[in-house]
Amino acid sequence: MSLSASDIARIASLARLQLAPDESDRLQGQINGFFEMVERMRAVDTTGIEPLAHPVAVIEDITLRLRDDVVSEQNNREANQKSAPAVEGGLFLVPKVIE
Amino acid sequence: MSGQQIHDKGVAELARALAAREVSAVETAQHFLGRIKSHEALCAFVAVDPDVTLSQARAADAALAAGNAPALTGVPIAHKDIFATLDFPTTAGSRILAGYRSPFDATVVRKLADAGAVTLGKLSCDEFAMGSANENVAVPAVGHDKAMPVQNPWDRARIPGGSSGGSAAAVAARLAPAATGTDTGGSIRQPASFCGVTGIKPTYGRASRYGMVAFASSLDQAGPIARSAEDCALLLSAMCGPDLDRDSTSIDRPAENYSRALNASLDGLRIGVPKEFLGDGVAPGVRAVVDAALTEYEKLGARRVEVSLPRTELSIPVYYILAAAEASSNLSRFDGVKFGHRAAQYKDLADMYGKTREEGFGDEVKRRIMIGTYVLSHGYYDAYYLQAQRVRRMIAADFQQAFEQCDVIAGPVAPTVAWELGAHGNDPVADYLADIFTLPASLAGLPGMSLPAGFDGKMPIGLQLIGNYFGEAKLLNAAHRFQQATDWHTRTPEGF
Repeated sequence: MSLSASDIARIASLARLQLAPDESDRLQGQINGFFEMVERMRAVDTTGIEPLAHPVAVIEDITLRLRDDVVSEQNNREANQKSAPAVEGGLFLVPKVIE
Repeated sequence: MSGQQIHDKGVAELARALAAREVSAVETAQHFLGRIKSHEALCAFVAVDPDVTLSQARAADAALAAGNAPALTGVPIAHKDIFATLDFPTTAGSRILAGYRSPFDATVVRKLADAGAVTLGKLSCDEFAMGSANENVAVPAVGHDKAMPVQNPWDRARIPGGSSGGSAAAVAARLAPAATGTDTGGSIRQPASFCGVTGIKPTYGRASRYGMVAFASSLDQAGPIARSAEDCALLLSAMCGPDLDRDSTSIDRPAENYSRALNASLDGLRIGVPKEFLGDGVAPGVRAVVDAALTEYEKLGARRVEVSLPRTELSIPVYYILAAAEASSNLSRFDGVKFGHRAAQYKDLADMYGKTREEGFGDEVKRRIMIGTYVLSHGYYDAYYLQAQRVRRMIAADFQQAFEQCDVIAGPVAPTVAWELGAHGNDPVADYLADIFTLPASLAGLPGMSLPAGFDGKMPIGLQLIGNYFGEAKLLNAAHRFQQATDWHTRTPEGF
């Protein structure tokens, strides 16, 4: 398997990364080098093996918890917005998306 | 007490001296702040704020005077700049978080503060903890105007390891008695080995991930780096415990006192040595140190048994698929809207996202986002991501089989000593391959540590110990007994 320049462009667009042309070329070579190493993993017979997400699930039941749906945090808007690039009236500003 | 007497003390000794009022928390903090300043060339710290540190130290002295001080009161520590801190900037080593101030403390930071520790500042790390050499840092160190990797205190032309490179270098150089680190694929153990200090990552889920800037959430764990196992036990006891409302993967099991069994006898301890960990790829100097350490353990009453972890090599692709996938998802939050950097010029929203992320992320982070986005994309998810999770289960099962024949597993941390800055050039896969011995325990979520075990020339080499789930106390016991019998962990690099 080998990723083409147009594959790289498609992935970059999905990842919202505007790559410079020389950067795309470099990444293409490096990522293809990486996937050569991955071929060994693809060849492993994993029939009947369940995917493992939380590693401790190997020895005990792990369920992802949901907390009660009640208010637990105080309003901390000012502190939460103090590192935002653009804020007005308590709202995050972004470029216009609807004409 | 002289300055040298202060920085020669570890955490346990300093805590005793502070409690006995032989030295004050303010004197201690001032001394370390002075050392940090005079060793700025090492590039270990990315943020200090003497006003904040000294005010914490004054509060510690007041608590000590009142006689109601918890265990670590007045002991200075520094945090890897991957932990969110209210009182210091938090950058995760990335341009995209330049200028960011967190509105909260990470749970680990808060727990150490509750135990009385005084914060000296924030330590350099690879961007978003992605790296094995500290070469991927994008944030300038204190006293510098451009980003430069941390230097290894044992040889300033070599890398300190990564991603917790600043943490390990600062402890080795006596700029702090201890530091926090995080370990996703070896980021505590490998820099600890390369800098001749002691570090431990606990079982996955033991330390809260709340406020640790997320890289690969199914792997990320916090842990301490210090000079001895005794010090690590004190710190780890304060850092771990359930955080059920804040971290959905935190394990519901009470905090433990990891110092309780430090002195237990090693008589009859079965140490499993995976034959795959001592193959041809291991440098002769590293192999010699590991062999000598195992001989030392035999003198202490332990027994060496050969075990097998047959999928060791597969850990590399499995890890780099899973970590990249999780990273691409976690890092989607950096979009120039809620925090950090935003591009100056853009046409519309999509253009703003694309330019902000292009400018804000470094090369390695972009590579991993690209790999992760690809393996999660339609048509490739089963072949890469789910396949990696299946092989991950097989790797974890291999460990359970090995632990039927042994109590702990031992081997090298890395195939070589710390390499020279730039030695891996522009080949990211060369860095990935060097992670081979730390990745298996990360994938299995097992506790692992590195303890100083010898040198090759002037470069330190660590011994890796891996325990079964929740076996941290046993690991620290084995490491402490080794350190009672040897003095590798007391060696200091020249000039520090």
